[in-house]
Amino acid sequence: MLREETNKAYMEKIEENLLETIAGDDVRTGAYNIRKNGKGVERQITENVKIETKKDGTGIDIYVKENTKFEIVHIPVIITQSGLKDVVYNDFYIGKNANVVIVAGCGIHNDEHNDSQHDGIHRFFLEEGAKVRYYEKHYGEGKGDGKRILNPVTEVELKEGSSLEMESVQIKGVDSTIRETRGKVYKDGNLVVTEKILTAGTQLAKTVFDVDLEEEGASVKVTSRSVATENSKQQFESKIVGNTKCFGHVECDAIIKDNAKVTAIPEIIANNVDANLIHEAAIGKIAGEQLIKLMTLGLSEKEAEEKIIEGFLK
Amino acid sequence: MLELKHIMFERDNKKILNDINLTIDTGKFIAITGQNGSGKSTLAKIIMGIEKPDSGQVIFEGQDITNKTIDERARMGIGFAFQQPVKFKGITVLDLIRLSANRKMNKKEACDILSTVGLCANEYIDREVNGSLSGGELKRIEIALLAVRDAKLCIFDEPEAGIDLWSFQNLIEVFENIQERTKGTTLIISHQERILKIADEIILMRNGKIQKTGKAEEVLAEMNVKPHCCKLNKGTKC
Repeated sequence: MLREETNKAYMEKIEENLLETIAGDDVRTGAYNIRKNGKGVERQITENVKIETKKDGTGIDIYVKENTKFEIVHIPVIITQSGLKDVVYNDFYIGKNANVVIVAGCGIHNDEHNDSQHDGIHRFFLEEGAKVRYYEKHYGEGKGDGKRILNPVTEVELKEGSSLEMESVQIKGVDSTIRETRGKVYKDGNLVVTEKILTAGTQLAKTVFDVDLEEEGASVKVTSRSVATENSKQQFESKIVGNTKCFGHVECDAIIKDNAKVTAIPEIIANNVDANLIHEAAIGKIAGEQLIKLMTLGLSEKEAEEKIIEGFLK
Repeated sequence: MLELKHIMFERDNKKILNDINLTIDTGKFIAITGQNGSGKSTLAKIIMGIEKPDSGQVIFEGQDITNKTIDERARMGIGFAFQQPVKFKGITVLDLIRLSANRKMNKKEACDILSTVGLCANEYIDREVNGSLSGGELKRIEIALLAVRDAKLCIFDEPEAGIDLWSFQNLIEVFENIQERTKGTTLIISHQERILKIADEIILMRNGKIQKTGKAEEVLAEMNVKPHCCKLNKGTKC
């Protein structure tokens, strides 16, 4: 009995740590929905933010009322059950001129031999003038050799004058990930995506961006900064299609170390003479002059390297 | 404070430094000058440990540091400001100032340091040290980074390059403040007459050798330049 209670307390601590790592320590303020091991376990709604379970039970729908200002919505997922493959479909409906922050993400703790996997498919529908800042953090931990696999999909539809800024971070412990972001941006809509990835060991991280700029004034800016170390592999694919007078800028910047491999595959397609599309990609090791500069400030070579990577992914 | 013994440095069958022997005392403001390609920057890099001499010794405060790494020398009290400041991604001006100071430093203190090099601190303190900054801005930040280190030996490699929007008088005040505070030695590589004029001593290099070393007025006379007085040479040249 005592052992059971000790185990329970241990697991609760792990779960709270996972939650805090991916969603911060204020996860239970405002509207939130916490999903644990494939099931919704805690939920709170507010006057302006409703969260409803889908009728088929595959996920949740989040409704933000029009003109809602500065509310924060937390939608974290944690997995501590080894061998679980969890798939969830979450749809966000953001009303006209609403301005909200959405914090999602997934943390996996796997101490066993079986693979744990979470595939989160998030769809965003922004009405005219709506603004969303969307943070997504992925994290894995645990002593087991079972893999920690995360495959997030984000689909975005931005109507006139709306904007979505997405920041996606994967710093530690995820063995395999394929991250897909697809978007359709309409008149004067603006999509900004920033991703930061660090891979080590034999980890694999693949990122796919596919954005269509459909109406005049639509814009997208994608910035990817990644560090690939040891024997890890990363692949960055982006496809931006400009169908009208629009602006698209993709920047992929990777630091490579040890025996890691990084591939960047850019594709920009202009279907209109006024489409202004730019793709920049750079892959390289840490510049020797940067190491030397920090060493002249008294940092050892290892400390300098850590500081450069920390800054790069900040 | 610093002694160089028989320093040799050869690349591509060219003797960049050819048997350099030099002694520099504490509390001096020394300028190294000479034509392009005379070996000035290489000499400075050898003192900092950025380049290794083929033979010879570097002695700092009585200790042979020839085989010490860059960071070991930095921790012993040698500081270096690059001719071409290094750019980073994601590292801010504030990050670098704090690293350079190697102590807890609040934003206000860091801003004060930036102000001494003529930069409006609030505009720059949180900016990344990257290509969005102009060459002159990077150069002034580089100077500020060395000014905040309190190094016993400060080496500036052509600090005047690219500071056209800032006055030489301000630059000289930065050197004066460093020396007043640290009571150490400042070693400046420069072509700029106004800097040479205020030096205690000048080392004139040519083709990898020291052509002449001595009091500023002697070397300047040979170079046909009149000395100038300031706090650094204690007004002795007035």
